Amino acid sequence: MRQNAACLQLDQNGRLRHFLSIAGLSRELLTEIMDTAESFGGVADQVVKKVPLLRGKTVVNLFFENSTRTRTTFELAAKRLSADVLNVNIATSATSKGESLLDTIRNLEAMHVDMFVVRHASSGAAHFIASHVAPHISVINAGDGSHAHPTQAMLDMFTIRQIKGRIEGLIVVIVGDILHSRVARSQISALIRLGAQEVRVIAPRTLIPEGIQSFGVHVFEQIDSALSGADVVIALRLQKERMSGAFLPSEHEYFSCYGLTEQRLKHAKDDVTVMHPGPINREVEIESRVVDGPHSVILQQVSNGIAIRMATMAMTMSTINQTRSQQPK
Amino acid sequence: MKQPNIVISGGRVIDPTNQIDAILSLFIANGKIAAVGEQPDGFVIDQQLNAEGAIVCPGFVDLCARFREPGYENKATIASESLAAVRSGITTLCIQPDTIPLIDSPAMIELIEEYAENTGMVRLVPIGALTKSLAGAELAEMGALKAAGCRVVSNARQPINNLLVMKRALEYAASFHLVVMIQPNEPWLSQLGVMHEGEISTRLGLPGIPETAETVAVAQIIALTQQIGVHVHFSQLSCQRSVHMISRAQYDGVPITADVAAHQLHLTETAVEGYNTMSYVMPPLRAEQDKSALRSGVQRGVISAICTDHQPHEAAAKLDVFSATEPGISSLETMLPLTLKLVAEGTLSMSHAIERLTNGPAAIIDAQLGSLSPGLNADVCVFSPQAEWTINHQSWLSEGKNTPFWGEEMKGKVMYTIHSGQVVYSDL
Repeated sequence: MRQNAACLQLDQNGRLRHFLSIAGLSRELLTEIMDTAESFGGVADQVVKKVPLLRGKTVVNLFFENSTRTRTTFELAAKRLSADVLNVNIATSATSKGESLLDTIRNLEAMHVDMFVVRHASSGAAHFIASHVAPHISVINAGDGSHAHPTQAMLDMFTIRQIKGRIEGLIVVIVGDILHSRVARSQISALIRLGAQEVRVIAPRTLIPEGIQSFGVHVFEQIDSALSGADVVIALRLQKERMSGAFLPSEHEYFSCYGLTEQRLKHAKDDVTVMHPGPINREVEIESRVVDGPHSVILQQVSNGIAIRMATMAMTMSTINQTRSQQPK
Repeated sequence: MKQPNIVISGGRVIDPTNQIDAILSLFIANGKIAAVGEQPDGFVIDQQLNAEGAIVCPGFVDLCARFREPGYENKATIASESLAAVRSGITTLCIQPDTIPLIDSPAMIELIEEYAENTGMVRLVPIGALTKSLAGAELAEMGALKAAGCRVVSNARQPINNLLVMKRALEYAASFHLVVMIQPNEPWLSQLGVMHEGEISTRLGLPGIPETAETVAVAQIIALTQQIGVHVHFSQLSCQRSVHMISRAQYDGVPITADVAAHQLHLTETAVEGYNTMSYVMPPLRAEQDKSALRSGVQRGVISAICTDHQPHEAAAKLDVFSATEPGISSLETMLPLTLKLVAEGTLSMSHAIERLTNGPAAIIDAQLGSLSPGLNADVCVFSPQAEWTINHQSWLSEGKNTPFWGEEMKGKVMYTIHSGQVVYSDL
């Protein structure tokens, strides 16, 4: 139970067997994920958009929290790998009847499934499931609490690499609610590991978590100076609950102090790339003109989500297949 | 039934109250300490216990434990935990009032004492409720609790949001010369947190409890105590700044005392890495500098007692995603080895270590305990400071297996525990 994420998600040979967080993964492995995703790039353009890598495998989308984009892209990714997909909506299912999470997992295991894609409101949920599943099952974290959203981070890295040709040496700015954001944590880990020159975060103090500097980021107070010379700017979604929790006075004030506008973007490099993990609140964290403007790659991020999810599913399943084939019958 | 006359010979007797630290014999008759050193006239030995190479000291006094009975017998019972206690040399334990039903009436005080008597192994000291139903709104019947023998009142970890209620509760307790035990916690600041707020909580994405959740409460209570003059005992401190404030207030003559749970002196927030639910505890394990300050507080006597904060759980309580599990560590059996580790590491002398487990805590609840003065109840612990054992299913007696030290080797093993002149545990 005391295993950290790095040990848990790699097998003895350092191959990916679960994908739980970016922490502890090497630069080579992160690059391999992106290279694999790139190799799947053509699949979507074929007449039959499928490769048979996961044929005969059953992938369970285990979503304890609502999601449209992530769940559908995982489903598409699994289907393009020829897997059978089971969507389990837990909000209306077992655990709401009092069944423990571990019992839910045991029951699904008994149905001989091969992979869990887990989204959960509690940090560490995917880690918990990975520490308890049977050895032939792979777990992919589709977002846990405020901890990690590693496939989102990797699709963002993949998108940056497509556009800029590299991550190394770039100045990347993340604007918004870092405190509650699993996406930001995973992005920061990935950017640092892949050699970004500087990662800056900018938000009011109420939305900056304690000790974030230890990740290797620079915390800014003024958005204009944060944007200065930036290669990439990532805006984070602002949840409506932040007003009632006294994190912020109003959406209006947030937009006027931290909103990503065309005017402010002028401080960044001319070829700045603007990203957002979605869903977007237009005119709250980002101006419509920026969303739909020439620097935005927000829809490209979504398409890349499928390739990255295919890559991580294929890689973890291949690790497990190899381990099983090496074991004496 | 006549109780046997016992002599414990050959051991190093350490009794901080009487400033004894020497190889001496200890004589017990009629359930009381008869003498230390010379055999009293007419003492006929019925039972001789060899304590060569061992330390003989007063039975340990634990200011904060939960035995889960009544109310949570699925976790543990008074019988199961009494056995774990005597195996650990503990002869007196304060029971927190948050049982079901709560300890807020004379009947409950009697019930807990009766349970302990029936089990016959340890002395249980029920702590009465400070507010009615621990709800933090109205005062508990502290006069009746006092009349029933209660000396200490507490609201356990239940919040008292209204400071006026807190002020009046302290004033009312002072009228009956009750000690008020407080686990300092400002509920608005700690509300959803499950671990120390800092670098690691940020990395794990777990909601943090800032140190101000404790220090703000400590500051408020010190200010109230200064005005009221009631004896407040802070239980289970976790922060450096709390130790500083309490040290300062003690210097200024404010009547406050404090204890710390043994695990706080050894573990930090890093024990939560990997979402280790065994290290989920309230107050949370904090940073390295907090641990050092707590150790220094124990050394200087600002913190006069080390407690267990024993909270046994059934396995399922710790088997879920971190935030959904229950906080608490099963810690009776690690208290002595963890305290001896402080001696081995040079933080405490052996006699100071014994003091923090015996007359230190006893002074808070009852000066008649925690010492080997002739005439007092013979509560004695004999332990071998060098004996090693490993925490596993064979060695562990508590029903709660929830300890972050599971599988680790411990140094320091109890050989005999004597409660009111009866050998209630023997490691033979």
